[in-house]
Amino acid sequence: MSLHVRDGGLVTTVQDTGRHGHYHIGMPPSGAMDDFAHRVANALVGNDAEAATLEMTYQGAALEFEADAVFAVTGADMEPTLEGEPVPTWTAVEAEAGDVLEFGFAGEGVRAYLAVAGGIDVEPVMGSRSTYTLIGIGGYEGRALEAGDVLTIGEAEGDADDLVGQSVADDHLPDYSRTDIRVVMGLCDYRLTDEGREAFLTADWKVSDEADRVGYRFEGPDITDMFEEREQPFGAGPDVTNVVDLGYPVGSIQMAGQPIVLMRDAVTGGGYATVGTVISTDRDALAQCRTYDTVSLVPVDVEEALEARRERDERLAEIDASLSS
Amino acid sequence: MGDVTIEHQELPEPRYEYGGDDYVFVELDEKMSFDANFKAQAICQEIQENDLEGLLEVAPANASYLIQFDPAVLHPDELIEELKRLESAIDVSEYRWEARVFDFPVLYEDPWTHETLMQFRERHQDPDATDLEYSARINDFDSVEAFIDHHAGAPHMVTMVGFVPGLPFCFQMVPRDEQIEVPKYEQPRTDTPSRAIGFGGAFTAIYPVQGAGGYQLYGRTPVEVLDVDQELADFEESMVLPNPGDILNFRQIDREEYDAIREEIEAGTYRYTRETVEFEPEEFFADPHGYNERLVEVVS
Repeated sequence: MSLHVRDGGLVTTVQDTGRHGHYHIGMPPSGAMDDFAHRVANALVGNDAEAATLEMTYQGAALEFEADAVFAVTGADMEPTLEGEPVPTWTAVEAEAGDVLEFGFAGEGVRAYLAVAGGIDVEPVMGSRSTYTLIGIGGYEGRALEAGDVLTIGEAEGDADDLVGQSVADDHLPDYSRTDIRVVMGLCDYRLTDEGREAFLTADWKVSDEADRVGYRFEGPDITDMFEEREQPFGAGPDVTNVVDLGYPVGSIQMAGQPIVLMRDAVTGGGYATVGTVISTDRDALAQCRTYDTVSLVPVDVEEALEARRERDERLAEIDASLSS
Repeated sequence: MGDVTIEHQELPEPRYEYGGDDYVFVELDEKMSFDANFKAQAICQEIQENDLEGLLEVAPANASYLIQFDPAVLHPDELIEELKRLESAIDVSEYRWEARVFDFPVLYEDPWTHETLMQFRERHQDPDATDLEYSARINDFDSVEAFIDHHAGAPHMVTMVGFVPGLPFCFQMVPRDEQIEVPKYEQPRTDTPSRAIGFGGAFTAIYPVQGAGGYQLYGRTPVEVLDVDQELADFEESMVLPNPGDILNFRQIDREEYDAIREEIEAGTYRYTRETVEFEPEEFFADPHGYNERLVEVVS
């Protein structure tokens, strides 16, 4: 069974839960920017969470099913249609051979996910099917999809037909209008003055048009002069925001001029001070914030971050349980 | 023992920091030194060997390291306790390793990085000089040639791989007062040729692929540090060539040799000149110049 790409949309890539374990050679994890939506899409069609889905950005793709299939669409609402008829999202849907699934522009959120029972079966690279376009690995030929591409779908594990029509309860759906993004301060935030830290956490940050899988650049007050003056340590470079090159966590906020939140295809390290890290659940929320949205950064401690993650894991488990019954 | 030695640096108490709910960052020192780097490498090796449940990534850096873990399995505070235990138990003076020494040809003042650096003069501290002229001047060298001779005059150790896949950060194997130091561009460039040799802070970087970059540009190497399709024989085990602890000996070459090597690379027949040695930190610290001479001999 395969999917024929009629139109690749703006940026559509194959993604999974990520290529972990290779940070030490400079390889970022890649993987779905909204991990929750990716996992739920897979759950709806009976796939493992690790199966590959298609991540569509702002404007979705047009795809033709070569054979009968079960699919689900989650994430941003791009008003999908199957043979011209609206398709419910966050729901397992049946397609027949020859059906065309089309997506429009995202009305809310940025990224939509399409899971097909059996998963997108591209060759894994270093343990993952995720696309990393900078060096052209993973996914479909290491790049975004284009018209004419043909994606192979794997063999479905169970009988996905039993899941058709089942959907995720409304109270489990994420709120893509959320713009409060929680941050654990730390890493090199000792470099900020108290005034700088205050300004950083009280500012309205506008998501700039430089916001992609590599990073989200924010526009807002200039706080680059709110760094502690010091005699720079050997090897760091002379600017007050420079540090001896170190590793950057995914979600960390790098202060090269305006803040940049590093996302799943980010550079793995560098010499600019990072002042905190967006917590794992809210990286999903940020990935659904649109260009020119205004977000605020809310400081939390690590226990609150862990609690948010536990709640997310419980919600995923509840969704799983509700679907398999 | 030689007259010149590398002094051991006393490291402060490590700084343990949360990176959100799924990373821990450990800074061994704010400043760069071989002691901080060797300790980062030694601890990361120890962590790998301990095979802690819930560990996803262990990434050593120049004077720090980063760990990613699954918080559903491992609480960050338990991880930090374990890291502190390892930190106090480890004896870095016992740390030695099999280092690969590479002959690393470089065409300094090449036409490609020159064209790029001229395009971005307005982002530079000194728009009227080239990156090499500027770097030579602020490091008190009489000429660009003398500066290049210094950069190519002693080998460099890979102290971190990161930024993008395969990019080595290299720290020259000389005492502190012989180290060169330069700022990064005031604003990063949006373009850098692949295989460019850059310098920022106290580090040489080799850019594996074309892209953004903020380091001063000195030259270009004909050889690859990243081979995604693993077509070259030396990339059989990994698409990335350099590992921390490897030693690169930058050798000045001319355009003719550059073109000849490129032909071999493109034909897939090039073999890197490399040898493996047992690296002894204490012997290196005691007589770096003498030690380096012996290192360089194995690949010349």
